[in-house]
Amino acid sequence: MSGTASDAGRKVPWIESAASHLVVVLAVAFALYPVLWVIALAFSGTATPEAKVLPIPSEPTFDHLWAVVSTTRDVGDTTQWLFGRQLANSLIVSIATALVGIGIAIPAAYALARFDFVGKERGLRVLLATQMFPAVAAAIPLYLMLDALGLLNSRTGLVLCYATTAVPFAIFQLRAAFESIPVDLEEAAMVDGATRWQAFVKVVLPAARPAIAVTALFAFMSAYNEFILAATLLGKEDMFTLPVVLQRFIGEYDAQWEAFAAGALIVSLPVMVLFYVLQKNLVAGLTSGGVKG
Amino acid sequence: MTAAPLDLRSRAAGRLLGAALGVSALLVAAPASADDAPIQLWHAYRGAEEDALNALLARHREAGGPPVETLAVPYDAFGSKLGSSIPLGEGPDLYIDSHERLGDYRVRGIVAPVGDAFAGPEGYRAKAVEAVTLDGDIWGLPLSQKCVALFVNKALLKEVPDTLEGIAALQPELPEGVFALAYEAQGAYAHAAILGAFGGSLLGPDDSFGFVGEPAVRSLDFVQSLIDRGAVPSDADGALVTNLFRAGKAATAISGPWLAADLAQSDVDYRVVVLPTIDAAGGAPMRPLLTVEAVMLSPQGAARPEVRALAELLAGPEAAALRQEKARTLTARSDVPLPPGDELLAAFAAQAEVATPMPTAPAMRATWEPANRAIKAFLRGELDAAAATEGARKRFDDVRRPPPPPANPTPLLVVVGLGLLYLAYSMVRAARSGELRSNLKRSLPAYRYITHAVITVGLLVIVPLVVGAATSLWAGRPETGHYVGLANFVDILTARGGPLLATGSFYLVLLVTLLWTISNVVMHLALGVSLGLILSRPTMKLRGLYRVLLIIPWAVPNYVTALSWKGMFHRQFGAVTGVIEWMNATFGTSVEPIAWFAHFSTAFTANLATNIWLGFPFMMVVTLGALTSVPADVLEAAEVDGATRWQRMWRVTLPIIRPTLLPAVVLGAIWTFNMFNVVFLVSGGEPDGTTDILVSEAYRWAFTREAQYGYAAAYAVLIFLMLFTVTRVGEWRAKVREERELAAAKAAQAASGGAH
Repeated sequence: MSGTASDAGRKVPWIESAASHLVVVLAVAFALYPVLWVIALAFSGTATPEAKVLPIPSEPTFDHLWAVVSTTRDVGDTTQWLFGRQLANSLIVSIATALVGIGIAIPAAYALARFDFVGKERGLRVLLATQMFPAVAAAIPLYLMLDALGLLNSRTGLVLCYATTAVPFAIFQLRAAFESIPVDLEEAAMVDGATRWQAFVKVVLPAARPAIAVTALFAFMSAYNEFILAATLLGKEDMFTLPVVLQRFIGEYDAQWEAFAAGALIVSLPVMVLFYVLQKNLVAGLTSGGVKG
Repeated sequence: MTAAPLDLRSRAAGRLLGAALGVSALLVAAPASADDAPIQLWHAYRGAEEDALNALLARHREAGGPPVETLAVPYDAFGSKLGSSIPLGEGPDLYIDSHERLGDYRVRGIVAPVGDAFAGPEGYRAKAVEAVTLDGDIWGLPLSQKCVALFVNKALLKEVPDTLEGIAALQPELPEGVFALAYEAQGAYAHAAILGAFGGSLLGPDDSFGFVGEPAVRSLDFVQSLIDRGAVPSDADGALVTNLFRAGKAATAISGPWLAADLAQSDVDYRVVVLPTIDAAGGAPMRPLLTVEAVMLSPQGAARPEVRALAELLAGPEAAALRQEKARTLTARSDVPLPPGDELLAAFAAQAEVATPMPTAPAMRATWEPANRAIKAFLRGELDAAAATEGARKRFDDVRRPPPPPANPTPLLVVVGLGLLYLAYSMVRAARSGELRSNLKRSLPAYRYITHAVITVGLLVIVPLVVGAATSLWAGRPETGHYVGLANFVDILTARGGPLLATGSFYLVLLVTLLWTISNVVMHLALGVSLGLILSRPTMKLRGLYRVLLIIPWAVPNYVTALSWKGMFHRQFGAVTGVIEWMNATFGTSVEPIAWFAHFSTAFTANLATNIWLGFPFMMVVTLGALTSVPADVLEAAEVDGATRWQRMWRVTLPIIRPTLLPAVVLGAIWTFNMFNVVFLVSGGEPDGTTDILVSEAYRWAFTREAQYGYAAAYAVLIFLMLFTVTRVGEWRAKVREERELAAAKAAQAASGGAH
């Protein structure tokens, strides 16, 4: 925010201020327009779409939302709330991915930020290289491995798959974050008698909290939004995650766009809330320069 | 919205891992399934058809049958899901699918003959039995038949002319904005009915491409004449046909039973009749493709008597009657009468009699993409009918070309061996120098922090990648799994013998990919950095609110975004068209609605707009973060020195935030280079595959062009090599510059030191 700190307290020409607001308002319109369309479609009661400028639902209704949320399935004699299970699957898989991802990445990222060791440069380069390989090439062997482990139709298998993308990214993110925390902090703690590990846990981790939160959010999102792997790995309706359910609304015989939009709205909500909660950290956590000890 | 060819042009969803089949079939013998396990039944039904199936299964259960678990699998993911599960002994015991996939399923070993479940052809319609018979064996029990017929809006049309020309001739009498006929003119599936009237077929004799020659040319010219008269919308897809007919904007429509399901909730008064004849084809009737839905058995299911009994029950007369009554599906049985007075079913039954069963040969799958593209290129006016279909034949032959001959694996073994030797040698040398040992000792504490990460990344990321990359040295198709050396790479890099810059050649796609990556990164940076700069101004009001709103695109799942943008660019009812119409009405301009996906420039723009939307918030947030590290005193010093605000931004702020932005830009460029979702979901490569980027091209080779996984893997390896080289060169140049700057700084220091 200090970029123009010297302007503070001075009168800004109104025309400049108006221009800034205009630019930003246009950008906001650009950002919101498609989202508003999804919302309008989700609440729209008429079946015939038409070219309109303003995304206002015609004949507003909650039917689509209700239809998406209220799916059930009979198992034996009991009736299962299918959507509830699928929502739970999505949340469990995504939260587990986030936890596994940062759990594995935090110590590794710390070592990469603070220690000098044989193979460090090479390891980092390999890690970056894995990000350049289109996922399609790795999918087949990964699938066979999961089968060998008997994890094909399970949440655990899905978490393992998602961890493959979450871990390398988390390592990069957190390494940058740890690097920007002044070494003095740990050294001071170690002078006071703490071991390296204690200094890491008690001093560095709290200082890196924004970055860790953001990294966990990304891992969560990547798992929460993924549907190609999930659609193939999961063969039981009560194991599906929400994006798989969503994808099935736009089948070939009848594309239920309204139901898709309603589902999209529900699926997007938790991520939006998380983003809103974490948005302060987002700025600080994404750029190493932002985290100051 | 057509039934059959959709699996060929659909989303990649779910098919990604269908690839597992080829490899796994070799590795894993199907384990015997537990006999007491519930029977697994897969289907693609929805709505009334699903209800009918469940009612049947409930009866089966009440009668003391073994428990059955069902799973509704999306139609377009069906094949890949079967392929990835059955060879591993997972998946269904029996499944309900379209007969035309049988040929492919048989080659892949995921379907078995039904054996004693088929008591004999009595009771079935001859065409249906013919459709499920391959080389004398019965591979499925026919359930129902589906084909397109003519839907007629009763309010708009009292009498239905007998000929297609007659229907088109009604156009002048119809109200403004109403088409005489709506059908999916751009799709080969619907066109096949017209082609059939002219005596042609999509698949020729001996698995050759059939959509060439006189029938193909005449059928295309005929369609063009209908469009020229304004009787048929030229750019209708399945959804538009449904919408036009439902809204009373089409007097007739060519569609299948699925349209009837869509119309159930609307108040359109319609009836269904047999498709008309075509005078231009000598009065021959239109011949649509017939799909027979059949219950098929997986190899493990076929071994279980109770599964065969269930299949027989599902295909039996009682079940057929129930389906007909509950879901109004046309039965494939001849011994079950049509419900009296059901005109719709009667019309479809009559239509099925003149329909042609879809060929089951695996080569049929390869006809759709070239045929679709030929029809689109022709209707856009880019090519005449002869050139378009001839080009399609070339494409078909290109995809169907035999795999490269097996190569001698010795060079590979020698290279790998030498590599291992060199590795061992350098390790021994390093170990003997002694320096390594002390270094290793020093590294021990660090290893304690990273061991688990090394193991996970190694097992889950690196091993699959290496194995995946290695498949690029094997033949394209899974069933011909032999080692071919570098033949796949040679094929790609020589554009398979064609001109190097032909459509779909590696080099042209690479150029498009570069254009795509550069324009995206530039736009992301421009938008992200300017918004970041504006939002960081302390005098800016409502900063927090703006920031929250601008981050929203990032939070929405990107496939949702991609699909909603695709909808916004729809020519008929997209929001962009709405904006154009509003402008025309307000400002008196006369801009035509744009067919966004008919031209490279507009389709590319649509993709670009979507991806800019997705990506700019990331850059904006990174900029905001980077700006916090700009020290205020430096800016103040610059101001004292008389720098204008513009100069301060360009000379001070931007250079300071550059190092922070750089990693984000590199990562963003890599992501964009491989951004599959947007390209695939928004333009889908339209028009004619020109907007495809390398990743989506690789996906096409793997999933729509005869499962040439080796070939697709070679694309992946090339993508990797290019990205890797570029980043290495970039790193190296940055290092050189850094050293030069360091040297310059030292020299300056020395000079100033000398002055004192």
